[in-house]
Amino acid sequence: MIFLTVGTQLPFDRLVRETDEWFGAHPDFEFFAQIGDSEFQPKHMPFERILTADDVRQRMEEANLIIAHAGMGTVISALRMGKPLLIMPRQCKFGEQRNDHQLATAEAFRRWPNIFVAMDETEIAARLDELTPVRSFEGDPLGPHASPSLLTAIRDFIGEGEKE
Amino acid sequence: MVGKRVMAVASGGGHWIQLMRLRPALGGNDLCFVCTDASAEKSVQGERFHVVADANRTTVFKMALLLLQIFFQVMRFRPEVVITTGAAPGYWACRFGRLFGARTLWIDSVANAGALSMSGQKAGKVVDFWLTQWEHLAETDGPEFRGSVL
Repeated sequence: MIFLTVGTQLPFDRLVRETDEWFGAHPDFEFFAQIGDSEFQPKHMPFERILTADDVRQRMEEANLIIAHAGMGTVISALRMGKPLLIMPRQCKFGEQRNDHQLATAEAFRRWPNIFVAMDETEIAARLDELTPVRSFEGDPLGPHASPSLLTAIRDFIGEGEKE
Repeated sequence: MVGKRVMAVASGGGHWIQLMRLRPALGGNDLCFVCTDASAEKSVQGERFHVVADANRTTVFKMALLLLQIFFQVMRFRPEVVITTGAAPGYWACRFGRLFGARTLWIDSVANAGALSMSGQKAGKVVDFWLTQWEHLAETDGPEFRGSVL
């Protein structure tokens, strides 16, 4: 199953429309979409506007490819579950986000294994062509905690006052 | 209670998920979690947890409410340390925490890979310890890089 999820905050029509069109041309795949406030109504994909957090989690667990915006919540959750992920950044000028930080997030994660990036909707079809049939997750899923060096830095900072 | 009174603050969603990945570093302290998303409480069961307004620069009324809520929580808990992964509630917790003598730590979201967030840049000027999660964003007069949540 391929699962498209765009969260609940703001619409993301570009991603929903492009994914729906690709699926329209590839009906042999199983897919499901959570489209939030998007205005575009999918013609080919089964979809819900809003899912509970538990339902999103369950759909992600069932999926073997996740398509989403370039948000850290989704990126971390997908890596934790060991799911390959295709991300596309939301952009301010389309009313998809309040700022353009997702452009830099997407750019930065291009070099990561298991994360695939479409910088805009024109790249979605090509990425999906490359990614199907869906490939398996490379290496181990992400562990539950931050890097040991960051944890040490924080622990040291909390403890610092004791030296005085 | 051993350890320190530590207030750990994050907006809902990605910020909160990042904060949860720091939990091993918070162990042994008296903790107070603050988030904009009520459903976050189930990930810190048994700990102090408070919900505050979800505000940003464009929602003036909510921002005023958030400010008051954070002020109240800081007054009540009197943290010795404030830790945040952003955004607005973390900024205000650092400002008010500092007013009451807390040492403050800002960990800029890993989402900000191209430049620090606006709240991150503002926070950098007022916190004791300022971290970015991207090595290429570290600067001598700016944030340090000490690893990331990934």
